[in-house]
Amino acid sequence: MRVTKYVVTSQDSDVLPSDIAMKIYESGHEINVKETCFGVIIDGEEDDIKETVNEIRAIDPNNIFIKDRGFPPGDPRRCRGHRGGGARPGFYMMEYESKILPLISQGLASDELDEEISIPEEKTRPSVERIEELIKEEFS
Amino acid sequence: MVKVMVYPPTSMILADLVERMGHEALVVSKEVRKKVNTVGLDSPPLNMTPEDPKKGLKYAAVDVPSGVRGRMALLGPMIEEANAAIIIKGNSCTLGCTGCARTNELTRFLLRTKRIPILELDYPEDDAEAKRFVHKIRQFLEGLK
Repeated sequence: MRVTKYVVTSQDSDVLPSDIAMKIYESGHEINVKETCFGVIIDGEEDDIKETVNEIRAIDPNNIFIKDRGFPPGDPRRCRGHRGGGARPGFYMMEYESKILPLISQGLASDELDEEISIPEEKTRPSVERIEELIKEEFS
Repeated sequence: MVKVMVYPPTSMILADLVERMGHEALVVSKEVRKKVNTVGLDSPPLNMTPEDPKKGLKYAAVDVPSGVRGRMALLGPMIEEANAAIIIKGNSCTLGCTGCARTNELTRFLLRTKRIPILELDYPEDDAEAKRFVHKIRQFLEGLK
């Protein structure tokens, strides 16, 4: 079965979409590659894609993110060229998440270094009992 | 390898983290791919068939808008398949095809009532939150067998 995936680079990454494309060409797998502004779209047989995904991830593990795509590249149901322009369905989610990618990259890097001790406590809402205590302290 | 449903089902970050840790992420694009790659009578631009909203009847009543039932035709089988789930709590991230509030409520409800391990989080807004976000997901996924 043919599989299509998005390979998206974080804004902090030094890896360019063309670097990823070159890496795929070098690997010799029969994969279609489409370079885009955010990374590349790869399309090929499942086994080839699986191997390629591991190779691509190894270039910059914390800054390269990979996502499945339902439609093949250039499919007329999704391609903007065939639909009269405008944002591709699915663009908004990718745009939203792309803004967070540098944070996730940092999170992955710190998790690799096992920095969990320095992680601050999560903010939680005070309980009703705690609020009652605070009121009594304030007004007594 | 455990099948982990991510919500929003189009999330790149969650799907990537799940697959990084060696599990299988259940995402809506895989369901869409099955439809796109299956040869049938429906040619482009249709990718939903009249049968799909009927499948959704298993999850939502007939008086529920067909949009909800159509979405549930894709999400329902994923929920049934899931052995664990990671859910993003806020609604600010449910965009595009996941922008239907009623489907989101129903999906989250069905996942919670399925009695599977669930991790509920918010997307991070600063460095400290991001560290906690990744760490929690890693711990959760490592604990799955």
